[in-house]
Formats: sequence, C-alpha cells, structure tokens
Amino acid sequence: MKLDVKQEPKSETEFMTGADLFIQTLVDEQVDTIFGYPGGAVLPIYDAVYRSKAAFKHVLSRHEQGSIHAAEGYARVTGRPGVVIATSGPGATNLITGITDAMMDSLPLVIFTGQVASGVIGTDAFQEADVLGITTPITKYNYQVKTIEELPRVVKEAFHIASTGRPGPVVVDIPKNISAEVTAGSYPNTFSLPGYQPNVNPNPLQITKLAEALSHAKKPLILAGAGVLFSKASAELKEFAEKYELPVANTLLGLGSFPGSHPQMLGMAGMHGTYAANMALYECDVLLNIGARFDDRLTGNLQHFAPHAKVAHIDIDPAEIGKNIPTAIPVVADAKAALQALLTKDIKTDHEDWQKGLQHNKLTFPLWYDRSDELLSPQWLIDQIHKISEGDAIITTDVGQHQMWTAQYYSFDKPNKWVTSGGLGTMGFGFPAAIGAQLGAPDELVVAVVGDGGFQMTLQELSVLKEQQLPVKVIIVNNQALGMVRQWQESFYEERYSESLFIENPDFVKLAESYGIKGIRIEKETDAPEMLEEVFSYNGPVVVDCRVVQKECVYPMIAPGKGLHEMIGVKR
Amino acid sequence: MKRIITATVQDRSGVLNRITGMLHKRQFNIDSISVGKSETEGISKMTFVIEVSDHQNLEQLTKQLNKQIDVIKVSDITDKAIVARELALIKVGSNGHQRAEIQGIISPFRASVIDVSKESMTIQVTGKPDKVEALIELLHPYGIKELTKTGVTAFLRGHQPKTVTDLHATPL
Repeated sequence: MKLDVKQEPKSETEFMTGADLFIQTLVDEQVDTIFGYPGGAVLPIYDAVYRSKAAFKHVLSRHEQGSIHAAEGYARVTGRPGVVIATSGPGATNLITGITDAMMDSLPLVIFTGQVASGVIGTDAFQEADVLGITTPITKYNYQVKTIEELPRVVKEAFHIASTGRPGPVVVDIPKNISAEVTAGSYPNTFSLPGYQPNVNPNPLQITKLAEALSHAKKPLILAGAGVLFSKASAELKEFAEKYELPVANTLLGLGSFPGSHPQMLGMAGMHGTYAANMALYECDVLLNIGARFDDRLTGNLQHFAPHAKVAHIDIDPAEIGKNIPTAIPVVADAKAALQALLTKDIKTDHEDWQKGLQHNKLTFPLWYDRSDELLSPQWLIDQIHKISEGDAIITTDVGQHQMWTAQYYSFDKPNKWVTSGGLGTMGFGFPAAIGAQLGAPDELVVAVVGDGGFQMTLQELSVLKEQQLPVKVIIVNNQALGMVRQWQESFYEERYSESLFIENPDFVKLAESYGIKGIRIEKETDAPEMLEEVFSYNGPVVVDCRVVQKECVYPMIAPGKGLHEMIGVKR
Repeated sequence: MKRIITATVQDRSGVLNRITGMLHKRQFNIDSISVGKSETEGISKMTFVIEVSDHQNLEQLTKQLNKQIDVIKVSDITDKAIVARELALIKVGSNGHQRAEIQGIISPFRASVIDVSKESMTIQVTGKPDKVEALIELLHPYGIKELTKTGVTAFLRGHQPKTVTDLHATPL
C-alpha cells in the first residue's frame, strides 16, 4: 500500500546541513576530485554529496587505503591537495599507512574523517576511534570540529596548512551531529595562524655566503630533492646548474627535478645510486642540498658522507637543516626563491678537472645488468618501458627491487612524472597511486610498476580502474618473491630465504579478466617488445604479468652501515 | 645538559599532547613541563626542563618545537637572567616532638606547613629547583610519605645584564 505523502517543496536554506556547508567549502577550495568511502558517521556528508550538483568527482575505492594512496598520487602529479573522506573508526584507521606515507614524503592531503556524535565521544561508542590521538604524530596538523560555526574556518585552514610551506597531510575529524545539524547561517572562514608563517624568501646574507662558497669550490655538487618539485623550481635549477656548470645528483624522490639525460646529471645517489653520483657526494668540497632531507638511505654511514664538503642546505623547513648533517650555510627558503636569488649572483666557475673526473666515472662505471635466456630480466623490462613510452609516462611504484630498477632505468626528464613511496617505503602504494595520478592527469600515460607482493596488498582497486574507465597500464614485475627481502637474505643472512618466496600466486591474467580488465602475460624477452607495444597502444587499462628472473639483485649497493665510497656491485 | 625552554603557544585543543608526543617521538628526555594561561587571552605559556646531549640536539629541539603549528615563540632561557620557580608539596612522617625540629629545618627555606595530622605534616616550598631539592634532602630522614612537584615555570627578568660576568652575578 502506498502512503500518499504530500511533498513539500524545499527551499535551499531550509535544507542546509553542516554537511552541505562542508561541501560548499570544498567547492570554494576548487576541489575537483574526492577519494572516499562511505560509512555510518559520514552518512550526512554522503547525502550532501548525492544532493549537491557540485562540479567534483567522487571516486569510490574498495578499501580506504586505496583512497588515500590515490589521493597521494593525485597530489604528487597535480601539486594540489588530495582530498579524502572516510568514516569513523575502521574507516579512519584504514587510512593510517597512507597518512604516514604522505607525512614522510611531504604530500599535501586534506583528510576528512567522520566521528561519532559529540555527545558520545569518549564512551567507546560503535565505530569510535581516537582519530586525533592516533593521527597527531603522523599529520602536519589535525582538527576535530567542535561546532558548526567553526567548520568553514577549519576547512580553509586545513587546505592552507596542507598546501603551503613544507606540504603535508592534515586531518579534519567531523562528528556526525555536526554534519547532520541543520543551519541557515553562514559563518566566517577568516583565520590567523601566528605560529605558522613559512619563510619563503632567503636571507640575502646567506645567499651571498653560498655564492662565495661556490666561487671558491673546486669540486661543487648539487643534490636536488623533492623540494625542487614542490616549489616548481625545475626550470630555475636547470638554468642555475647550466650557468655555473654545476653537476647534479638526485635523491630518489627528487628524480625528474633535473633532466635524467642531461650531461651534467650524475643520476640518483644513495643506497642503490650510481657510482658517479655517490663518489661525487663522497669527494665534493661544496655540497649544495636543495630540498632534500639527508635521509639515511641517501647518506649511508654518516661518518663517510661528504667528508670533505662544506655543506649548504636550502630548505623551507628549518628543522631539516642540520638534523642529520652539520650545515655550514643554512638557507631557510623556498627552493625557487633561493635559486632565483642565486641566479643574480656572480659565481666564478673553476672546476674543469672535477667535471672531467665525473664524466669519466659516468662512462667507466655505468649501471649494468645481465640479460636472461628464460624469463625477463627486470632491468631490461624497465628499459623497454622507457623506450616504448618515450620516457614521457607518469610512473608509479611500490617499494623494493622494482622501485629501485625503475628509479635507475627510467630516466625522468620532466618533473612530476615520478610517483613513489620513498620515506615510509609502502608496499601497495603504486597501484592506487596510479589511479589518483591518472585522475589528476587524464591526458597522460600512467604506468604502475609494481611487485607481485605489493600489488596483492591493494589489487582490489582494479574495480575502480574498471569503474572509472582509466587506461592505467599495470606492469607486475613478478619474481614470485619479496625481491628486496630475498636479496637482503641472500646477501646478509646466508641465503636463508625466510618467508620471502611465494609458493602460490594468483593467475594475474585471469584475475584482471575477472575484473573486466585486459590481462597479458609476458614470459620471454623475445616476445616482450611486440607484446609491450600492444599493451601501450591499447586504449584502456591492462594488467601485464611480467615473469622476471627471481635471483636478480639490485646493484650497485651501499650495504647498511657502510659509506658512500664502499659500494658493492659497481662492475659486472 | 639540562636546558630551560619556554614556549608561547596558541591555546588550542590537543596542543600539550601534540608537543609532548613530538618530544617523545624524537627521543627528548623531559624533566618537567609546566603549562598555564598567559597574560593574553587564548595564549598559553609552557616551560620545559629538558635534557639534551649536545648543541646540535638542542638546536633540533627548538626547531622541532618551533615547527609545531600552535607554537608562536620558543626561547632557550637557560643562559639568560631569569626567574625560575617550582612548588613542591612534601608530606613527612612526624610525631609531636619532631614537629618543632622540622619547623627549624624548613624555616630558612621560607617553606610553610600547610597541613598537620597525628603522624604527618605537609610542607609547601617554592623556589629554584636546587633549593627545593636541598629541602627534600634534609627532610628525607623523617620519612617522605608523599611528594609532588609542579615542575619549573620561568621567564626572563625585567633587566638583562649586558656582560657574561654580570649574568653570573645575578642570582636565579
């Protein structure tokens, strides 16, 4: 039996809830994509999403971890904050890995979590978790909204904090009663943060000192990190390096900030860096770090890190300067502003012998790998992908061997094409990050290079790939093992392969097909070029199961505890 | 080395948790923290006594504190002319005839007795940490039943001497 209910026409103001107000703040921030997953505490927000005719797209993941890694990929390629919505309790705790990942790699994210109603917070209510407590150490800042009046201000502040200075994740916890509250009011969103004033412009005195140090240098070196990418200073870096003939090494996350194929480029430095880059770090007399944080995977044993160098460090975060390496010339500034200031200086260049030595190292000790008769050699595979995509694809990875091989062999010539989990080293990052990257850059070729281990941590997101019709190419570098764990067990644990070899893996081709996605398996190098050509010319998503040699190791390598000059596996 | 650090912070929810969490995460050893409202509405003052290993460690400490969004100003006032005080409540065991003796001990410290029972008395003392420590030491033989301290709170004196010798001549 149907009830005859009279439908009252609703006016806009009558139906304004906290959630509607919230959606309006996102529109004001020009958000175009939201990565989320609904649940009890965010029902009012999702109702507002449904009713709103806002110009943003909501991307429904299959696990909140998928949402947040996608938001990271989006943020990395667009430079704009990635926006995530999750429900309270398990929804929020499923985000933790991604939030920490974004914190370590300085990615701007604004994460909205639902919370149980204000009145029951602290009573262990259903799906209650102390989100503020849990996320305090892994966010740049976090909020719990206390009243509907402060909601617009809090959201505006959150976007400001996430995207300025050294970027990072900001969590906003919204109790359900506030998003459900009906209101007709409009509230101010003006804010003042006296304790948060990032210093963008360099101190002129420090720039002068730096220019003088470079003028006296016989063996100068630039180490370019992700800070160059965040401040969009790649053009300035190139101009600066070329003008004063300065060689450049990259950190893992800094790849793409300086053209990989540039003659002055020495390659990536660090644990699996090139001989030329690591020896340059070891021998240089002035080291200019631009936007890198001297991570232990870069420095190796600190006692042998740049032992002869006067260190200068440009960073927007003063706390990174002098944290690990004593620094003679600190420059607290945005990389772009600092480079622009340096470009106005008259710096003498007198280091021809140094340049020659570096070029010699580059030519004499290049990266190397063995080809294989059976299966694919993984390094060759990355080389092939580089060739086919003309070095112009956006590449995402997880962590481990495939990540290092991609960093080594996919020479990034342009900024913001490289999306990887550096600081936290998160398995399962690459594939969802590729979804976010493709949504952020719909016209670009996006390739997820993942391991068979990492892919299985977040492969449920294949549904999203299908649903959103995203033409991401997923390259599984499948060695049926946790390759890097296996490598360390081979090198440092006398080949005791404890729990690092997979006995069973799914049939990735059938798996892809069950999601309605094209799946291909490549097992021989002879077949690979043609099959890869087919993959890359296909207009849609493809999952490619590439069977690679299990026993391949990543070289060269600085063993843990060793110095930059103690690399192993430099020569074949 | 022990440093006395003050921080002016925005009085937002979770600020103490955020700061102590950071100190814990970065392995700084906190001797004491005292927090209270300042002369300005919405602004609180924190005083930390923290053990640091060297100057680089100290620099990291002040930088990490400064990095906190809620922190407006950080000062290491250890080497300045400052007034620094803490308050301690000390409950000691005492029978009738010991009371006069204890009175005699605490009076040079300008401490006072704020509670007396049959078997105990509670003493309140305010001052620099070493003065408070000295009194606790003297009271030990009587049996300390309970002890609580507020932690140091401090700020700069109105007049800062210009030379180092002046500085050392200034009593805390």
